[in-house]
Amino acid sequence: MAKLNVSRRGFMVGAVMAGSSLLVGCSLGDIVGAGTHSKIGAFGPFIKIAQDGTVTVVSKHLEMGQGNHAGLAAIATEEMDADWSTVRVEQAPADSKHYANTMLGLQGTGGSNAISNSWMQLRKAGAGARAMFVLAAAQAWGVPAGEITVKDGIVAHASGKQAGFGELLPIAATLKPPADPPLKDQAKFTLVGTDRVRRKDSLAKSTGTARFTQDVHMPDMLVSVVAHAPLFGATVKSFDDSEARKISGVVDVIQIPTGVAVVAKDTYTAKRGRDALKVVWDDSKAEKRSSPDILAEYERIASGDAGKLKALKFETKGDPAKATGSNALTTTYDFPFLAHAAMEPMNCVAQVDGHGCKLTFASQIPSLDQINTALVVYTLPGAVEIETLFAGGSFGRRANPKSDYVMDSVHVAKKIGGGRPVKVVWTREDDMTAGYYRPMAHHAVSIKTDADGYPSLWTHRVVTQSVQKGVPGTPELDPATVEGVQGSPYLKATPIVDAAVYIPDTPITVQWFRSVGATHTAMVMEHTIDQLAISAGKDPVDYRRALYAKAGDAAARHLAVLNLAVEKSGYGTPLEAGWARGVAVHECFGSVIAQIAEVGMADGEPRVRRVVAAVDCGTAVAPNLVAAQMESAVCFGLSAALFGAITLRDGKVEQTNFDGYRVLRMNEAPKVETHILPSTNPPSGIGEPGTPLIAPAVANALLILTGKPTTSLPFVKA
Amino acid sequence: MTIALNVNGKVVSVNAEPDTPLLWVLRDELEMTGTKYGCGIAQCGACTVHADGQAIRSCITPISTVASAKITTIEGLGAAHPLQAAWVKHDVPQCGYCQSGQIMSAAALLAATPKPSDKDIDDAMTGNICRCGTYQRIRAAIKDAAGLEG
Repeated sequence: MAKLNVSRRGFMVGAVMAGSSLLVGCSLGDIVGAGTHSKIGAFGPFIKIAQDGTVTVVSKHLEMGQGNHAGLAAIATEEMDADWSTVRVEQAPADSKHYANTMLGLQGTGGSNAISNSWMQLRKAGAGARAMFVLAAAQAWGVPAGEITVKDGIVAHASGKQAGFGELLPIAATLKPPADPPLKDQAKFTLVGTDRVRRKDSLAKSTGTARFTQDVHMPDMLVSVVAHAPLFGATVKSFDDSEARKISGVVDVIQIPTGVAVVAKDTYTAKRGRDALKVVWDDSKAEKRSSPDILAEYERIASGDAGKLKALKFETKGDPAKATGSNALTTTYDFPFLAHAAMEPMNCVAQVDGHGCKLTFASQIPSLDQINTALVVYTLPGAVEIETLFAGGSFGRRANPKSDYVMDSVHVAKKIGGGRPVKVVWTREDDMTAGYYRPMAHHAVSIKTDADGYPSLWTHRVVTQSVQKGVPGTPELDPATVEGVQGSPYLKATPIVDAAVYIPDTPITVQWFRSVGATHTAMVMEHTIDQLAISAGKDPVDYRRALYAKAGDAAARHLAVLNLAVEKSGYGTPLEAGWARGVAVHECFGSVIAQIAEVGMADGEPRVRRVVAAVDCGTAVAPNLVAAQMESAVCFGLSAALFGAITLRDGKVEQTNFDGYRVLRMNEAPKVETHILPSTNPPSGIGEPGTPLIAPAVANALLILTGKPTTSLPFVKA
Repeated sequence: MTIALNVNGKVVSVNAEPDTPLLWVLRDELEMTGTKYGCGIAQCGACTVHADGQAIRSCITPISTVASAKITTIEGLGAAHPLQAAWVKHDVPQCGYCQSGQIMSAAALLAATPKPSDKDIDDAMTGNICRCGTYQRIRAAIKDAAGLEG
């Protein structure tokens, strides 16, 4: 976790340095926030109180499904003793001065840390507001502050006096928020950690009234659909827009850096206009290989024939030449590109008037979107106004360091000018073929074991692109390429380790994808362990326990969640013929999770019917929503493991929509049972950590069922 | 050209070519944005509405083919449908983008099959993709709304 945060902070710093000539001296948030015109009220940036006493908690984080709006509001509500049933949530504007992510340095949602980075911040904000109301009541009633209680938004004194926040607001709002208000003893929490913490947006999202970017209508708004290059690295050579311009409702055709944009009165017309364009592309520098060619190159690199590419060592210890024991396993694993395929394709509404710009969309990293936009409209990043809406999913895609789809809208709106709103809409096909995929990855693993069957030498090579490529400040060894191999308790338990990563470059754009490096490393580590266990004649759970014991304290949480999952799943009890249980344990984003899946075969494909998850995510602020994230992560990970593959043929992406890019559906979704390990540690991540375990859990069950190890994903080949 | 449509019990006159998909008329012309665009090729179900009570994919339905049909969208379901109450009770939505379509598919299912089996639910709902993986809660909410044991 710490390493991950350092790397992402480094990335943010680099992005700022790259993005502008603004310099260091105060905090990053202050620098990027320069030019912001936020109005902060009496109770600070995070709490607003209406005349009637209604409490609104301001969320600095994007709600893209994770449920963070509820969790964040609950944290402040707990300390404030407000009435949870009436608390509202409001999305913060882009303003890194007040709303920076305390772990990233800038305003942004990512790394599964919305709750953890806000934990103390919102507790203090809530406690501060509470203290102001207590003091206000003490003044109004002439009683000692120490005798005043607050419960569900009612401030009371033993004398019988009581008042709501609204009544005390005129006094409370004039007081100074205390710098260090006393926080509650966690054991006395009445909201946080209970199932009362539920979503605030379920009704809006069940009635079609929740507002997404796709739904934005503004007076005089135009809609644009863009013709993007069919090959990665291709650029526009020339284009003929005569047919497009003949279509009634097409307003303009504009060349922008990524292609040619057709601007029209509505979405359907813009799409028809785009489809009528004739664009000639310059593909002289474009990627023209096919997926098997890239894979063959990765295999060659992993075998040591790496040309100019450096072997970047990590976790390496001891002298491999001195390793004892016998060769137990030599294998490789291949992973394809994956598309995030959020239900709402990428889109953004931009208004540009001279150097002024307003964006209305689901901004995941507002600070970077501000910086990238400022460079196009020539203003200070903080002066770029962003109204953030709900996101129809992201899974990492909207956190694009280059703000790629945002830039489409800014360039078009700049050309249109006059502050006229332009909504750029990507079709599903545009979204799926636009790149920024989970990178392909190849792992080569070779292990010697000792007389008891435990690893004595672990040799590991990884070949994969860097998701932070080209961002200044990124270390040569991008930790996201190896996280999960790096830090593995199994390597701690192994006396000699020789591990290295090669990071090749291609024009194919890549990006973080829910659980990032773990999407491949968890599969490699956890499936390798089961193969070793079986070749040693040991039960995979017992084998893990023995390795965790060797790893010591570093694996204490792994052992605890494994034991909990074993207990709750009935591991060891017989299943009917044709079914087997597969186990996986992995740590990422500060949380450790074990999953045990019941797997069979149906119609020639693996079928998962039940998954038992044991979760150590520190303090679970919203247990029901932790369970929801576990259900979500299992489905998302299983979708990728069973079916997910973006492949290239002569450089062209072969999958363009859900007909070619199969995803998990209702009839394929397992029942997920979530068990949370009691903990008083600060909260850690939950949006991503449940994702990467299901692939190895399925592979491990199939190993039992079929005797065959899995060497590539997805399980179901197209 | 001008075409009359019956949407949520009201006759509305829209100005669009007859082959324009119903989805875009609902969203852009009538500004009823509860019905979502997800794929445009009837693969994801986000655009599901009812035509004479049947669940259809509005993204591939030319308006000329539904000119005489009674169209119901998520807006026409109101906010008091038992499915919506069940959706809230179970906190079904995550990102929420697919949920209008999920609820419209489920509403058509319950109208035709008030006490659906798991297989009925699979058959009716498999055309609706949810990338957040809310399937388990959708199933529970449908059963709850139908008065069935989970």
